Amino acid sequence: MSSKEYRNKPLYIISSLVENKPGVLFRITNLFRARSFNIESITVGITEKPDLSRMTITTRIDEAILDQLVKQLRKLIDIVEVEVLDVNNTVYRELALIKIRAKDFTNRNEIINFANVFRANILDIGKESVTVEVIGTPDKIDAFKNLIIQYEIVEMARTGVSALQRGE
Amino acid sequence: MNIRTMSEMSGAKALMYSLEKEGVDIVFGLPGGANLPIYDALVDAQFRHVLVRHEQSAAHMADGYARIKRKAGVCLATSGPGATNLITGIATAYADSSPLIAITGQVPLNMIGKDAFQETDIIGVANPCTKYAFQPRSATEIPEVVKKSFYIAESGRPGPVLIDIPKDVQQDVTEIQFPDLIKVRGYKPTVDPNLSNVGKAVELLVSSQRPIIMAGGGVILSGAFSELQAVAELIMAPVVTTFKGKGAFPENHPLAMGPIGMHGHAEANRIILEADCILAVGARFSDRSVGRFDEFGKGMNIIHLDIDPAEIGKNKSVDIAIVGDVKSALRTMVKMLSKVVTKKSSENPWLKRRKELIDYFSQNIKDYPKELTARKALKKLRELLPPESIVTTEVGQCQMWTSLHFDVISPGTFFSSTGLGTMGFGFPASIGAKAGRPNVHVVDIAGDGSFNMTENSLAVSVLENLPVIVFLLNNDMLGMVAQWQRTFYDRRYMGVHQKNCPDYVKIAEAYGANGLKAQSMGELEKAIKSALRTDVATVIDITIDPEEDVYPFVAPGTGLKDMITGA
Ligand SMILES: Cc1ncc(C[n+]2csc(CCOP(=O)(O)OP(=O)(O)O)c2C)c(N)n1
Ligand SMILES: [Mg+2]
Repeated sequence: MSSKEYRNKPLYIISSLVENKPGVLFRITNLFRARSFNIESITVGITEKPDLSRMTITTRIDEAILDQLVKQLRKLIDIVEVEVLDVNNTVYRELALIKIRAKDFTNRNEIINFANVFRANILDIGKESVTVEVIGTPDKIDAFKNLIIQYEIVEMARTGVSALQRGE
Repeated sequence: MNIRTMSEMSGAKALMYSLEKEGVDIVFGLPGGANLPIYDALVDAQFRHVLVRHEQSAAHMADGYARIKRKAGVCLATSGPGATNLITGIATAYADSSPLIAITGQVPLNMIGKDAFQETDIIGVANPCTKYAFQPRSATEIPEVVKKSFYIAESGRPGPVLIDIPKDVQQDVTEIQFPDLIKVRGYKPTVDPNLSNVGKAVELLVSSQRPIIMAGGGVILSGAFSELQAVAELIMAPVVTTFKGKGAFPENHPLAMGPIGMHGHAEANRIILEADCILAVGARFSDRSVGRFDEFGKGMNIIHLDIDPAEIGKNKSVDIAIVGDVKSALRTMVKMLSKVVTKKSSENPWLKRRKELIDYFSQNIKDYPKELTARKALKKLRELLPPESIVTTEVGQCQMWTSLHFDVISPGTFFSSTGLGTMGFGFPASIGAKAGRPNVHVVDIAGDGSFNMTENSLAVSVLENLPVIVFLLNNDMLGMVAQWQRTFYDRRYMGVHQKNCPDYVKIAEAYGANGLKAQSMGELEKAIKSALRTDVATVIDITIDPEEDVYPFVAPGTGLKDMITGA
């Protein structure tokens, strides 16, 4: 599959509650590897229950394969719950840290202006760079990135998506 | 042993009690540094230990035992090489959904991650071929881990579970509690089938003109033999099986058609193309069985019944899906069908077609022109072997000839490595099956190459008084590979000749077993009769032609319709 083909596939957010113990992440990522599914992003963190972690995985796949993926995940004994979130009924956010080349005063001001429009925070200003924190949907982060790419991105770190279903 | 709910003891002792509580009566294994405490505790255990000569065979023996008993078999190995030697056996059991408990020793907790002597990350290695793998980190966890392991291995779609126990955890003496109830919150196998879907399936079956049943390994795993037969007879549907499902249905039954697939019966591969409705029971539409996924079942209604929800729609999208235990779903189906089916006549055109196809292919597929062929040998074996006997196979032409020419009469008495295709499985598995059902004859239908791989299990068969018959179809070749080289590589043989080494009669004798050579049908008949009379393991070394091919053949990547009959 070419990377263009891959980018054109729909993005799904899979949310799961998993046992909070060693080896769980390995089992899940190994399943993706063994069945040739690609992980776009993965986040893990503890939940309101200390023995459960929430793992949020985003992946681009065809809908027909999605069903198979979810069933295979459900078979993993360390996964207590899995669901595919309906993007329209989900709050989801990602955080990105981007260090941008700012050669001079003008560049720096332009970047700060863009950051303000995106309600991004300036975390650090160096002699030749500005580090920005952007929080939002992956689309919003992509949009910001596309805007400032003209200045050259020195480094970028993205957390991957965390998500919760809306309402109760 | 009277097991109190709480006592002070070592982890290894707790392991023994836990295994006893699960009803274990035999374990197969081989000791080493990291499982010495377990071996010490075995001295006082209430069950039998069978010492193997290679850990791979321990896993296959436990697997063979599990398949005949329909409950988990147990194998033991030390850490590092002992554990990795088990892996082929574990992967074999995984591919065939066989409940297996593999217990490995591990280096002590404080050495894990230090690349210690004989340390292997066996949990990591085993992950893709186990249902789950545990590593208890204290002796107190052992009873719960064992209970969970048996539950996971035996329930739902069965499969292997690994328990990796660090040596200090085996040794630690502490107060240990034995739970009666355990809960695995992330594991909820669906057992009860959805009734409304069963109802829809029944309607569809009753309204179809040319229904066919495709029975898979799930029928054998759930022991749904009489239920399957009842459904078939109610709707008067011919029954084909997958290779894994061979023997799910008596192959001498008037509705039986035998296995489909790469080396399926010609009539089975043909009739399934003409059906208008397929009831797939405990089958997974593997490439080996159905050829091309896109072609198979086109224009037919497909009903798929399986306990594993992930099998539904994996290879083949279906019209009606029933997730649940095959036995209970079929039982419900029988009840529903009995109400709607008025006695069907066996004179209908669909069953006439069945007969026509069988007659056609039996006239048109000729045997290899020799006095002693694999086909004749297998027919002779069937004639002389009591129907309740257990048969296992090795892998290769020997396996496919068995699929084609050896009818399994008593359901659930046939086992082969169908998913992984592991050469060397059949012989140790036959010994395990003999341990599980000692009062019947057990035969491993073997190839010379495969038997080579685990022939040292002869020591186990002889010393442990677990006599089986090795029916060695000796073509002095890695025959199946040779057939592919003949067919697809212009007869350019490479790496297939065995050069009459070793002498299998001498091999048998070296282990204290009987070795008999059969070079004619007369000698073969005598040898089989003699093997059935003795209670010592017997290897019957049957000389067959190195160039005999297996037909029919559905070449990989092609559909069942492209079957080559060799006629
Ligand atoms: C462990 C293992 N190695 C290699 C293979 C590939 N293979 C499949 S059939 C076969 C030949 C088997 O030879 P033999 O046991 O003599 O049976 P025959 O085909 O001659 O009847 C081989 C090498 C395999 N299935 N398993
Ligand atoms: Mg051979």
